[in-house]
Amino acid sequence: MEKMHLKLTVNGEQVETLAEPRELLIHVLRERLDITGPHIGCETSHCGACTVDMDGKSVKSCTVFAAQANGADITTIEGLGNPDGLHVLQEMFKEHHGLQCGFCTPGMITRAYRLLQENPDPTEEEVRFGMAGNLCRCTGYQNIVKSILAAAAEMNAAKEAAQ
Amino acid sequence: MIPAAFEYHRPDSVEDAVKIISDHGDEARVVAGGHSLIPMMKLRMTGLSHLVDLQGIGGLKGISVDGGTVTIGAMTTQHELIADDQLAASAPIIREAALQIADPQVRYMGTIGGNVANGDPGNDMPGLMQCLAATYTLVGPSGERTVSAREFYEAAYFTAREDDEILTSISFDASASGYAYEKQKRKIGDYATAAAGVLISKDGGSCSAASIALTNLADTPIYCEEAVAKLVGSSLSGDDISAAVAAAVGASDPSEDNRGPVEFKKHAAGVVVRTAIERAIERA
Repeated sequence: MEKMHLKLTVNGEQVETLAEPRELLIHVLRERLDITGPHIGCETSHCGACTVDMDGKSVKSCTVFAAQANGADITTIEGLGNPDGLHVLQEMFKEHHGLQCGFCTPGMITRAYRLLQENPDPTEEEVRFGMAGNLCRCTGYQNIVKSILAAAAEMNAAKEAAQ
Repeated sequence: MIPAAFEYHRPDSVEDAVKIISDHGDEARVVAGGHSLIPMMKLRMTGLSHLVDLQGIGGLKGISVDGGTVTIGAMTTQHELIADDQLAASAPIIREAALQIADPQVRYMGTIGGNVANGDPGNDMPGLMQCLAATYTLVGPSGERTVSAREFYEAAYFTAREDDEILTSISFDASASGYAYEKQKRKIGDYATAAAGVLISKDGGSCSAASIALTNLADTPIYCEEAVAKLVGSSLSGDDISAAVAAAVGASDPSEDNRGPVEFKKHAAGVVVRTAIERAIERA
């Protein structure tokens, strides 16, 4: 099958690549663009380890064809922070032991980022409901929820301080 | 988990999309959010060689309320249904149901059109649309026609939609009725073991109008005419509710699967219908 010429914005950079339409977005990110933050967990739309932000929506990139994503603006965990400048969600996951093996963490944080964009001051229940598409097989949910609530508080405090 | 190869199309009008699916017959399928179709393609349970992505057709998105009629474009996502305050005022049962579908990521992509057109008995919107007496608009090579949601579903994955037609929008009357969508599921994100949508209007002490429909309790959604007849004109007493519940359970025809045996599903059907009727009465 003929390859398509894909143009994407990934973590703020314009990128172009060739891919077959049937390739999944997660495969294009990991194998063609070398962006390996988003993980392949279940590959069946359940676990959320492959979550990326696409045009302002949290999506499971194992359930989006590369062709559907053509033209999209994508943010992965790499776009949120890096070892020299962690995102506040990354800081709080570190601080509150929000990860054990770490496999689900990129998806968790990328999803939590969008959740807090839409609801900057969520209740614990809203965090749990909003994170329902991400599974942690270490079952470390308590600290994941704690980390996200702490990040929300930090972000809100920073916003207030700036005003 | 890589599907078989296909040619990808992203038309920018319904006419162009219809032309592609007419030219290619059952080799072509349209894709909306893709969260039912793509998993089936990955499992190679659906073979197609032309995938027609509807995301480029602007006119298929959006919610409007005009003179008491609600119209929803087929490409409107579950997330957009939940977020729309005007829709929540005109038909609050939609938000209640949509919040019980899948998980946040899936709701950002999954659309109302895909949910109703797919014909999967597990989907929640078909039963909900039967409850709301919705009408679907289908566009094919010879033009547009409408089909009632209550007459659309023929068997699992078989509907009144022809292969060369695209479901473009859904409309129904806004209602001030009491409402409830009650869903029993094993875990968040699961399809229903049993679910029911109920609308009830009261006039003084009696029930002036009602609607009851079931999800995943047969190979199609079920509009429960007999159960509705038990409620309309009644005083909504405990006995009236029990009679309606019994009629709704009687209308169900579940089959045994990994969600349980038939007896259990009928029991769950009774529980969700009763809970939904009681909540709808409270809100009426």
